[in-house]
Amino acid sequence: MNGSLHLWLIPLLPFAGFLVNGLLGRRLPKWTITTVALLAPLAAFGVVLNAAAWIYLRGTIQAAPACAMCGPGPGFGFPYVETCPFPWINIAALQVDFSFVLDQLSLVMLLVVTGVGFLIHIYSVGYMSDEEGYARYFSYLNLFLFFMTLLVLAGNALLMFVGWEGVGLASYLLIGFYFQKKSAADAGKKAFIVNRIGDFGFLIGMFLLLANFGTLTFTEIAAKLGMDPGWNGGVVTVIALCLLLGAAGKSAQLPLYIWLPDAMEGPTPVSALIHAATMVTAGVYMIARTHVLFDHSPFALGVVAIVGAATALFAATIGLVQNDIKRVLAYSTISQLGYMFLGCGVAAYSAAIFHLVTHAFFKALLFLAAGAVIHAVGGEQDLRKMGGLWKKLPVTFAVTTVGVLAIAGFFPFAGFFSKDAILFAAFQQGAGGKALWFVGLVTALLTSFYIFRLWYLAFLGKPRSESAHLHSTPWSMLAPLVILALLSIAGGWIGIERFAAFLAPSVGARAVAAGSAHLELILSLVAVAVALEGWLIADKLYRRKPERATQWAAALPGSYKLLANKYFVDEFYGATVVKPLLGASKYFLEWVVDVGLLGGMAWLLAGIATLSGTILQRWQSGNLRSYAAWLAAGAAAVLLFLVVPWADILASLSAMHFGVVGH
Amino acid sequence: MNFLSQEVPISWYLLLSAVLFSLGVVGFLIKRNLITVFMSIELMLNAVNLSFVTFAHQWHAVKGQIFVFFVMMVAAAEAAVGLAIIIAVFRTRATLAVDRIDLMKL
Repeated sequence: MNGSLHLWLIPLLPFAGFLVNGLLGRRLPKWTITTVALLAPLAAFGVVLNAAAWIYLRGTIQAAPACAMCGPGPGFGFPYVETCPFPWINIAALQVDFSFVLDQLSLVMLLVVTGVGFLIHIYSVGYMSDEEGYARYFSYLNLFLFFMTLLVLAGNALLMFVGWEGVGLASYLLIGFYFQKKSAADAGKKAFIVNRIGDFGFLIGMFLLLANFGTLTFTEIAAKLGMDPGWNGGVVTVIALCLLLGAAGKSAQLPLYIWLPDAMEGPTPVSALIHAATMVTAGVYMIARTHVLFDHSPFALGVVAIVGAATALFAATIGLVQNDIKRVLAYSTISQLGYMFLGCGVAAYSAAIFHLVTHAFFKALLFLAAGAVIHAVGGEQDLRKMGGLWKKLPVTFAVTTVGVLAIAGFFPFAGFFSKDAILFAAFQQGAGGKALWFVGLVTALLTSFYIFRLWYLAFLGKPRSESAHLHSTPWSMLAPLVILALLSIAGGWIGIERFAAFLAPSVGARAVAAGSAHLELILSLVAVAVALEGWLIADKLYRRKPERATQWAAALPGSYKLLANKYFVDEFYGATVVKPLLGASKYFLEWVVDVGLLGGMAWLLAGIATLSGTILQRWQSGNLRSYAAWLAAGAAAVLLFLVVPWADILASLSAMHFGVVGH
Repeated sequence: MNFLSQEVPISWYLLLSAVLFSLGVVGFLIKRNLITVFMSIELMLNAVNLSFVTFAHQWHAVKGQIFVFFVMMVAAAEAAVGLAIIIAVFRTRATLAVDRIDLMKL
């Protein structure tokens, strides 16, 4: 097979869809918009599948060298690199190409992004059918896929950064899709601004990479790191921490997670695609992509693990008491992303990516199911006003149940395998790892509780509000739900061993402690027991003794208030960061700089012009003879200048001068 | 006879030209009647014509002579336009005093 895999088509097809719908969408009939919007990701998915088939046929799973990142194969080798013939940036030592890299890692990501992305596009056709801005919505969605695939395929940090910023833009546009609503517009801004903080870290990390390695290409960085064992700690730690800041911004980790819950202002399929399945996992992907840096800095890895574990626990506790169905899922997403960071932090990158994949399945499923519920009950998102929906929405109920079981980590659903892999990897990392494992286990309990709480409140019990008639759910929404439900069941069956072996060329293989099969089994049993426990608590509080939940909340008013208000983090940031910044903008930037400095300068210039005009306009007397006199005087001056031999006079003057000195 | 047959020196012509020009300038500046001002302009033009002719004679070049024709032609056109303006001004303002005609100010 000597042809090209045409990787460049993967981002450019959605981009074409974006251009068509974005520029012509207003004039196109609806079915054309739908066709274009769906064909673009479908075709991209086809290209990805073609690439996957190629890799499978070549049998690269066995044939790949131990660390393919360390040296790209010659020519049409593997990892497969596709480079634009023209360099992008070529300044002195800095050479950056448009290069796309297909290795196991990017292949897995691409399959998730384009596959789940396509399903969510289909779902959106049903969900958004009555909305204003149908074409705008799909053009943004395609734009997102363009940038996301660019991010995944990028062979160097700078191109990845372009995709990174681009998905941020698409996220901003889609969060603020209902821009007439102030809360949505504000949420978009918040997401964008908080992400800027992370991007700042990413940028600094890139500058440091460039300064220390002279290249931004991932493979070259890995090769340089591999050549010199002296690269340990120090600058590598700083770079890794900068990149971690970027990842924490994009993946909503502590302390930058605050934008994700607000991002739920966007349409629900957007929450599923961008804020659950794909974009927010970009941070995890980035860490896996630059894992060599983290591998050379145990400190940075430890920070990643602690940030991940802390976020997982923190977000899960907030999720316990949220009443907005989408907010529960948003905090759940933050929590699950924390798991992935925990996996990265214990160097179990393949486990983290495994959880990324399964999470993409079941969280997209849960979000889309929530969207179906919201769609059916006419826009209501408050769990307290739902209830008893299982009879009216049987399919949605069934798929949600699958998603709930998957995220809670019940065997044999997808979440069980991946969460288990992460917890197992953490457990093996000494005493600190056991502490992280324990945090993860507690989080698993909380996860199981809040997700079953959602399940009980939304679907079981008695209807708590009168919804006269429910909107029917169209097939275009049900089909993706069913497919995702199947994936949420079966997605984990590949098993972490095979998955890790497949990914090993990209992210390195981890040595598994000998004789750990029993240990793994025990840990799995513990995890499932914990998940069961969470279910039982939820069952007790929300089915058997519904009054108990309010009693507990009343008994612990402080804790409940703390959780219901999300630990007052928004208020804290508001008081410590936002308010001082706004104050500085208002009093210093607006009044001192803008009004005082810039405005003052403008007034000064205008004043000078006015004043000189007032003086000079006296010339404009209208008196013909005074004009003539000035004309004559000017002519006389010119004559004087031309006729009088100034040069000679000056020369003789200076001669006289020297003569005097000479004597 | 001898005295008469001698050529008048070039400088005399030029001096006359300069004197005429200066008279024109002074007249332009101090006279108040618009028609007199106008005549002062004609005087300046003709002073210049005289120096053109003088130099043309001096250098045996015909260009200066041709220039004089141009100037005369322009002067004729200018006279026509200028007199028309003067009549128009007089009709509207009933005066020809330059100091009273001060429409060209802010």
